[in-house]
Amino acid sequence: MSGQTPGREPENPLDQALESVDAAAEPGLAEELEQERAREREAAVEETGVRWADAFRRIVSGGWVVSVGAIVLAVLVGSIMIVFTDERVQETAGYFFARPGDMLAAAADAVGGAYSALFRGSVYNYQADTLTLAIRPLTQTLTNAGPLVAAGLGVALAFRAGLFNIGGQGQILMAAAGAGWVGFGLTGVPFPLHLLLALVAGILAGALWAGIAGILKARTGAHEVIVTIMLNYVAFYLISYLLATPGLLQAPGSANPQTPRTQESAILPRLVGERFPLHWGFVLSLLAVVLVWWLLNRSSIGFSFRAVGENPKAARVAGIDVPRTTVSVMLVAGALVGLAGVQQVLGTITTGFGSDIDAGIGFDAITVALLGRSNPWGVLGAGILFGGFKAGGSAMQAGEGIPIEIVLVVQSLIVLFIAAPPLVRAIFRLPQPVTRQRRGTPPVRSTATTTEGQA
Amino acid sequence: MTATTVDGATAPQAAAPSRAVSTVTPKAAIALGVVLALYALLLLLAPHEGDARFRLSTERDLFVLPTLEVPALATAWVCAAIGLAVVALAVVRNLGGRRVPLWGTVLYAAALLVGFLAWAAAGSPRDLSVVGLLSGAVVLCVPIVYGALGGVIGERAGVVNIAIEGQLLAGAFTAAIVGSLTNSPWAGLLAAMVASVLVALVLGLFAITYKVNQIIVGVVLNVLVIGLTSFLYSQVLVPSAEVLNTTTRFARIPIPFLERIPLLGPVLFNQTIVVYLMFVMVFAVWFALYRTRWGLRVRAVGEHPKAADTVGIDVVRTRYRAVVTAGAVAGIGGAFYTVVSINQFNREMTAGAGFIALAAVIFGKWNPVRAALAGLLFGFATNLQNVLSVVGSPVPSQFMLMLPYVVTLLAVAGLVGRSRPPAADGVPYTKE
Amino acid sequence: MRLELRGITKRFGALVANDHIDLVVEPGEIHSLLGENGAGKSTLMNVLYGLYTADEGQILLDDEVQRFDGPGDAMAAGIGMVHQHFMLVPVFTVAENVMLGHESTRAGGVLDLDSAREVVREISARFGFHVDPDALVEDLPVGVQQRVEIIKALSRNADVLVLDEPTAVLTPQETDELMGIMRQLRDEGVAIVFITHKLREVRAVADRITVIRHGRVVGEASPTATDAELASLMVGRAVELTVHKETPRLGDNALEVRDLVVTSPDGQPLVDGVSFTVRGGEVLVVAGVQGNGQTELTEALLGLHESARGSIRLDGHEIVGRSVRRILDAGVGFVPEDRTEDGLVAEFTIAENLILNRTDGPPFVRGGSLQLDARDDFAREKVAEFDVRTQGIDVPVGRLSGGNQQKVVLARELSRDLRLLVAAQPTRGVDVGSIEFIHKRIVATRDAGIPVVVVSTELDEAVALADRIMVMYRGKVVGIVPSTTPRDVLGLMMAGIAPETEGEAA
Repeated sequence: MSGQTPGREPENPLDQALESVDAAAEPGLAEELEQERAREREAAVEETGVRWADAFRRIVSGGWVVSVGAIVLAVLVGSIMIVFTDERVQETAGYFFARPGDMLAAAADAVGGAYSALFRGSVYNYQADTLTLAIRPLTQTLTNAGPLVAAGLGVALAFRAGLFNIGGQGQILMAAAGAGWVGFGLTGVPFPLHLLLALVAGILAGALWAGIAGILKARTGAHEVIVTIMLNYVAFYLISYLLATPGLLQAPGSANPQTPRTQESAILPRLVGERFPLHWGFVLSLLAVVLVWWLLNRSSIGFSFRAVGENPKAARVAGIDVPRTTVSVMLVAGALVGLAGVQQVLGTITTGFGSDIDAGIGFDAITVALLGRSNPWGVLGAGILFGGFKAGGSAMQAGEGIPIEIVLVVQSLIVLFIAAPPLVRAIFRLPQPVTRQRRGTPPVRSTATTTEGQA
Repeated sequence: MTATTVDGATAPQAAAPSRAVSTVTPKAAIALGVVLALYALLLLLAPHEGDARFRLSTERDLFVLPTLEVPALATAWVCAAIGLAVVALAVVRNLGGRRVPLWGTVLYAAALLVGFLAWAAAGSPRDLSVVGLLSGAVVLCVPIVYGALGGVIGERAGVVNIAIEGQLLAGAFTAAIVGSLTNSPWAGLLAAMVASVLVALVLGLFAITYKVNQIIVGVVLNVLVIGLTSFLYSQVLVPSAEVLNTTTRFARIPIPFLERIPLLGPVLFNQTIVVYLMFVMVFAVWFALYRTRWGLRVRAVGEHPKAADTVGIDVVRTRYRAVVTAGAVAGIGGAFYTVVSINQFNREMTAGAGFIALAAVIFGKWNPVRAALAGLLFGFATNLQNVLSVVGSPVPSQFMLMLPYVVTLLAVAGLVGRSRPPAADGVPYTKE
Repeated sequence: MRLELRGITKRFGALVANDHIDLVVEPGEIHSLLGENGAGKSTLMNVLYGLYTADEGQILLDDEVQRFDGPGDAMAAGIGMVHQHFMLVPVFTVAENVMLGHESTRAGGVLDLDSAREVVREISARFGFHVDPDALVEDLPVGVQQRVEIIKALSRNADVLVLDEPTAVLTPQETDELMGIMRQLRDEGVAIVFITHKLREVRAVADRITVIRHGRVVGEASPTATDAELASLMVGRAVELTVHKETPRLGDNALEVRDLVVTSPDGQPLVDGVSFTVRGGEVLVVAGVQGNGQTELTEALLGLHESARGSIRLDGHEIVGRSVRRILDAGVGFVPEDRTEDGLVAEFTIAENLILNRTDGPPFVRGGSLQLDARDDFAREKVAEFDVRTQGIDVPVGRLSGGNQQKVVLARELSRDLRLLVAAQPTRGVDVGSIEFIHKRIVATRDAGIPVVVVSTELDEAVALADRIMVMYRGKVVGIVPSTTPRDVLGLMMAGIAPETEGEAA
């Protein structure tokens, strides 16, 4: 009765049966069902024969369709919000019954204007005079994507190891402080070396800040969700203090809570020329994608990360030191999130920063990781998409007067829809998947928040 | 859960009364000692000469208590001595295998607080108003306490609610609009509850029906509400602020006679209805959870949903009801911002209070009374910062603001005793 | 109340879990439902209790057709159930558990705990239970918890009481007491359905016996039937649970355990001064009722309990205090009791699970990088050798049946260079075909000169596999005896009574 929606197609009865059988109470029954299903599956493969029909079905019931559907739905909701808050639409709605065309035209104008602005701001500005200006938005999108991808990887990696890293904000702040402090405080060091030192300092700061959560979890069983949330605030106030205190992070001779500008020798060079904002940070993020892919799928460390994530008890029996793995996971995750903070300070905002340097990336990273299904390549795609939203959102705000917060709404709706595939499938009348999702993909899997981790 | 209990209980039969004994760790004594050492270090490294003046009365009191003027450093050290005595007591108790008594902890906290205040206010040209400190704390804790009560109800039913922040914000936003349109704070309050319940229903839909991970839903809901309210604020509220964003606030209702008791009167008996309601609500939630059929079922569903199911309790419906009730309670906290505290809505005006409420839930060990006290403590810490900045304290304000979060970190790390959440907290229920 | 099930059929896809089952239970009768694991007993009872809906058939109470949409309906109709896994809220008191779901209240929904306490006291007095209504359930021993379940059912005026494998967690004495309670209930006119697979208990207490196999009723029997008759009805063929093995050839290598103590987090001894020696080439079976410290003993052998004190020497080397990793490296093979919890990562593929505890170096890891080809070759080889029925090595192990999962665990452990094999409940929840295979592999390991420790709660398996049997009771060793020891002696030992001399050992 729970979990059934009206438009939901019946699942394979065998799968349903299997789900409902208590394997501990009736091992024999569970066993027979398994074998029965295996037989049925073999038969099904032989019978259908028409390969592509089967393939189509698989695509339609696969995760990616849900993702696309979620994006479409969220954008639709965003459009509705734009329409209803548009002044001209409201005006014309007053005489809707006299001249309905006016309101519809106004609505179309509002939405059309918004999305063309979004497109111009994020991909290609067809109204621009020069090619440089026309493709500049795309580079802005990728610039935004750099930190999002890095931080998204940090969250995704932790997800895969069964940990929720909600602490992106704090880790980015600490990384920014670390990189910034070396970036403007250290003098007389030549270009590549200075940059390298600043990079390392920032990444290290992010890793250590996340490591606190790892150590607390490993040592005391404190739940990482609570710890990372609290650490966000601690970091925020710590940075606020550092920024307000002369001699620490505050720019000399200034009363504002802001740092000095980053020195030239510590700035990430522009990637495709000075006219475009895109800097080497994006390349670092791409490298991080490859690194995380290798780590998770090809390395023994990643193997133990995933084993701990999926079944910590079995991992322990297999000789994996679970507490140590927990700490390592958080260190690596923090380093990745730190990379996002570093890019902010050494690439995007080099003129000195305040305590808002995280720019919401810490929380965006969670949505990026979820949209990317905790898969490194998926994170890359999701990061670029959200980077585009950010770039386009600014253009929308500037050009059409639509508050950029609409991006937050669309982003969070996407994640909500993705998290509940049955909902999206029901709305689009897609077939529900045949094979039972084994408790979903890791990030969306339900773990007890606070029950685990007792001594 | 059952399985482990079963195994544990089978082995030695003598295990029966074991829980009552439970192990006494030296953690508490160590923690008390460390904090005391830090405090003493502060006094040594940054001694403040001069006197500290505590103002205890306001003009309206029945009789006026004198303004207390004490030599700061001496007072601070006396307080340190009291703290040391408690630490010694803790050590002795610990060796005897017993816990630190509650009064000891309270005395310790009070001593260190007074000492700290004396140190901080030393030599300040202004008096430190104790009334202001306390009444401000009561006011500041209102949204935290309501949020925490909502959190306790939800988690007792097995639904983790990270979205308290979103509920508060949605409540504040709706109360602003409805309160402005109707010119009635009551309508605003009601609207806030409805809005917060709507957020709760979305949480329920995803967490209970779709069994999506509750932490994810909570985090995302917060972002969604921040996005929605900020978007509508700039698009709708700002252009017509006169009509849509100017509320009438609840007036203070002084309780005759009681309000004139020195110290207590202004703090407790000259507040708005929302504050009085808060005191009632803390007790009501406690009573409902532990003394009524509804509460028994809510707790059963949060501890062992399958057992509840087999005695004919509808787990899903019980959880939905709890989540909705929790939403309504949290909504009152949201209304506080726009129909009690100030008369308009601002972007992201809850500023993390929902997360402090979440911290209070855990710090309060999922008990409504304890959670409310934790909320009060956090409100106090925030207000302490305000007051100290008036006195011109040497402690950077950021560290005072950080305090609730640090305290919670210490709490979840087990320094204030191991707390046990409801067994099925955060676990969706799959019916057979 | 007279319970009648008429033609109950429950299908799961193509599998028929219950096939037109007819059953009549008269008031004042203990009706035993006997069958192997997976025969469909629990499914039938879940249908009766409203947890499943039958595809066909009717449930009648006193000749009236019932329709149950949930447990609430079944309870209201007078059916009570004592579940195999107790359905009690651990942090509630006895009274709260008993009243849950049908609370008596005062005005405004305020709980009337006094009346609940009264109910508990009244029913306790009637049956001579000693249950404190204000005790927390989690503080109570299992036997008492079960009584709370019975009180719960009786407080709802259950006229039909279903007991689902109630003796699985009880000691022999507790079992006897439970049987006394069942007889008393019967004499008060309650209709009792007693689900079990244990022949002795059936013959001791049942008035009528219905045997179920593969979802069908295969016959009725009277309590006077012999074990052999009942058993052949149950399994449908002559059972032969013997393992063919030669006389052991003992080596010099040995596992020596001295004064091993394992304590729970709250300081209670779980394993209490256990000492034994297993020589290379012999199988020591640790027998006893579940929950008497066997699990903790095996876990301590792998270094999973930090509280372990005493000495465990493998080939003369002390391993207490070593990390799990170092103990695995010392050549300890471990088949955990709960393979899905402790032995396998369900979402990982078969290949990944086969190298789960071998990722710290060659041949599967070089330079921190997984060697996928080596892994896959190894997996294919082991899948063939251990006859794991699967569509491929990339299938998530969670998709396999219990028997095949266990073969994966065994394949992983036995393919390492072993100095000791510890197998806890190696054949639990495993189909008959796989049991034989697993037993053969265990004996083969023994014959290779490796000491083997097997934990089993099934006496048949213990006797069949063991060279010597060690019986544990409340964390202590009752005695170590040859596998030829008569079963009644072993049974007494499992109740804590040492053979011959000392009497109470615990």
